[in-house]
Amino acid sequence: MLGLITVGCVLLITIYLIISGLPAIREIGFVKFLFGKRWASTAAEPEYGILPFILTSIYGTAGAIILGVPIGFFTAVYLSKIANKKVRSVIEAAVNLLAGIPSVVYGLVGMLVLVPSIRKIFSVPDGASLLAAIIVLAIMILPNIIKVSITALDAVPEEYEDASLALGATPVETYFKVSVPAAKSGIAAAVVLGVGRAIGEAMAVMMVAGNVANMPSLFESVRFLTTAVASEMAYSSPGSLQRNALFSIALVLYLFIMLINAALNFFLKKDKEK
Amino acid sequence: MSEIITTKDLCLWYGDNQALKNINLAIPEKSITALIGPSGCGKSTFIKTLNRMNDLIPSVKITGEVNYKGRNIFSKDTDVNELRRDIGMVFQKPNPFPMSIYDNVAYGPRTHGITSRVKLNEIVEQALKDAAIWDEVSDRLKKNALSLSGGQQQRLCIARALAVKPEVLLMDEPTSALDPISTSRIEELILQLKEKYTIIIVTHNMQQAVRISDNTAFFLLGDLVEFGKTEKIFSQPKDKRTEDYITGRFG
Repeated sequence: MLGLITVGCVLLITIYLIISGLPAIREIGFVKFLFGKRWASTAAEPEYGILPFILTSIYGTAGAIILGVPIGFFTAVYLSKIANKKVRSVIEAAVNLLAGIPSVVYGLVGMLVLVPSIRKIFSVPDGASLLAAIIVLAIMILPNIIKVSITALDAVPEEYEDASLALGATPVETYFKVSVPAAKSGIAAAVVLGVGRAIGEAMAVMMVAGNVANMPSLFESVRFLTTAVASEMAYSSPGSLQRNALFSIALVLYLFIMLINAALNFFLKKDKEK
Repeated sequence: MSEIITTKDLCLWYGDNQALKNINLAIPEKSITALIGPSGCGKSTFIKTLNRMNDLIPSVKITGEVNYKGRNIFSKDTDVNELRRDIGMVFQKPNPFPMSIYDNVAYGPRTHGITSRVKLNEIVEQALKDAAIWDEVSDRLKKNALSLSGGQQQRLCIARALAVKPEVLLMDEPTSALDPISTSRIEELILQLKEKYTIIIVTHNMQQAVRISDNTAFFLLGDLVEFGKTEKIFSQPKDKRTEDYITGRFG
């Protein structure tokens, strides 16, 4: 019965998004909306192209994954296989704490520390940029990646590792050639979870990315799919094309999340089959 | 026949619990030595000491010596990985890696730096033939090893151990998880392997010890009670405790 409430909510949101997201797409034109390079919703002759947002979200997420996954992965291998109990419990507590920090705090710290540092280090006019967003996102997805990977690595049967060691492989060889391959679908699930978290994040990136609708470039101010919706919602008038277009952006974001979820389910199912 | 492994006053503790007490044993080369005794008598602990797999358990403390080819394996200049290459191990439960049959056997040689495809093919084929499983798997080397039956998995594990060309093969109750037919195939295999390898096998099954081993060591509560020719141990045991055990009075 309670399960039905959840299913009902999901259905309701899906239907609502489709109904309210489609009109603007139809009015603007599917291709022009998705692949238009200019977003100027408040100009005298408004244009509604969301390609900058889509690409920013993809690049930002990809950047966070490239930066966050190796760090998270090696941390997980270290904690699961090498670290002694004491070290592990201390670092795990820190990771859990990292997971619990509200995203607005990430944004705040990023704004006060990261943005000025980027401006100084790379001598660019404004530090609020895609790079700042990538770094913040990379840190935000770390706990997810570490925790899910650790669970997968801990579940690798000890017999596999014993067999490898008994063949004269070193412990490190054993972890990377036997344990990690045996845990690979769990680790893949961790990465997908990280992608989901990164692409859906709004608050922190809004505070550090500059929030200007440019085509993405590392040191330019950019706007993500999430922040595009959040930043204009407050002043768009109900029923206007601008507001409807925001719903359409939300629909696009929703489709991305759906895709990621499908990928996640695929990996988890593969994990179970073994 | 010369002795390949000798132990001198070998003691081992798990924390405060002494699991091996002054074990002195000399294992002859290219023979089968069976270790028998009731559960918890230290025979598995003993076998795991010989390739230093006990190093992995943090609370273990060891005194005394184990000499492999005249060198103490606990001395500082012993390379543990090299030692484990020379002294292979087959476990109680078949534990093939979740990869293809080929990759399972090639794992050891690859780890030790062999990359040539031709060479690997050769080693894999030879190891599978030596483990008497080649005919059953030669047409499906790319299949996942976990798709094999339990008995086949165990012979694959033996092939995997043989692929690194060890001198000694430690077997920790290798047939206890298998059905009688698979068990007899593995026993036949062990008898064949004796020509090239020294085999030390832990077994719960006294008939098995009689069938395959040349020498038998009887362990009880961490003591080595008796060691000698298998037919002697089972026909005229010197120690009363050995006699009680092999006649089934306890254990």
